[in-house]
Amino acid sequence: MSQKSILGASALAGAVAMALSGTTLIASTTGAGAAEQEKCYGVAMAGKNDCAAGPGTTCAGTSKVDYQGNAWKYVDEGTCASMELPDGRMGSLEPLDRDMPA
Amino acid sequence: MIAPYDTGLSYQFGRALLEPDLPLPRGVVGPRGKKAEKRFSVYRNNVTVSLINALGDIFPALKTLVGATNFGHIAREFVRACPPGSPLLFEYGHDFPEFIGALEQLRKYTYLPDVARLERAWLDAFHAPDADPLTAESLGAIAPDRLGAVVFDPHPATRLVASDFAIVSIATRSRAGEPIAGIDPANSETALVTRPHAIVELRALPAGGATFFRTLLNGHPLGAAALLAAERDWDFDLAAAIAALLESGAFTTLSIPENTAEGA
Repeated sequence: MSQKSILGASALAGAVAMALSGTTLIASTTGAGAAEQEKCYGVAMAGKNDCAAGPGTTCAGTSKVDYQGNAWKYVDEGTCASMELPDGRMGSLEPLDRDMPA
Repeated sequence: MIAPYDTGLSYQFGRALLEPDLPLPRGVVGPRGKKAEKRFSVYRNNVTVSLINALGDIFPALKTLVGATNFGHIAREFVRACPPGSPLLFEYGHDFPEFIGALEQLRKYTYLPDVARLERAWLDAFHAPDADPLTAESLGAIAPDRLGAVVFDPHPATRLVASDFAIVSIATRSRAGEPIAGIDPANSETALVTRPHAIVELRALPAGGATFFRTLLNGHPLGAAALLAAERDWDFDLAAAIAALLESGAFTTLSIPENTAEGA
């Protein structure tokens, strides 16, 4: 009941007024910025609509490398252990390749 | 003319594309009847690599978090287990978060599936229909005593991804190529994904803000959303939440349903 009074009409109006005073400028500036952007339709992936050509894509001789899906089983959970520091936080993941099989 | 035989061929062709141990499908030959094993291998490789690359583009933070090499292995397993159901590449990977969550090797990293859900929601927002976001003026034009009854229409791009983990902080940093050291993954964040104009925006909502937006997105009025959010979170900042509502472009229009006007 007391919460209802806290969130009565005047509190709601006050919050809206506060929000409006703070957002007017931001809204107008983002609006101006939006006019300069144009949306490109038909792209495959967030502007990365490149041909999927990459290592091994044009040479059958290299294709066997990409077929070795069973390599995954050799990657034990230790590969991600570098994410955790002693206090339970995460660290950089840069050194992940070190745990890959030879 | 498509004979029944062709149905069988396309099935065999599709299977052989994803399972490299299978022989070349019967009937696949090169020009002038030459053998086609090498050509088929090239094509098979292109299909697999393009799908792996697509997953890497859809889930860039995830790729960074597990490492590009590991991601390639995971993505290849996923491509074989869950081939695309649509010819549209940007629709691929909706099952990827669940797939990640079932991997024994990643079980310790409980936040990864939610990070993947957030990245999938990002692309959904990117490809959602355009719509003009709600203007501050339209909210300012509502009489103060009627504000509590206002309901909002969600923008087609708006997504809410709830998580027990700091998914917005993790995804934002990873996508920017910055290290994620120092983020406490157990710091729960709900992601508000919006695209008011051309750019997808991510916001981390605290507990009260998540309740506020979820209630509004479910079609309930502003007064009810504010009340529920305050009950959920004593630190709930109503003015900040309304400011986020306007700045994020999460909604397009507002209205006051006739039958609830007196409840304001």
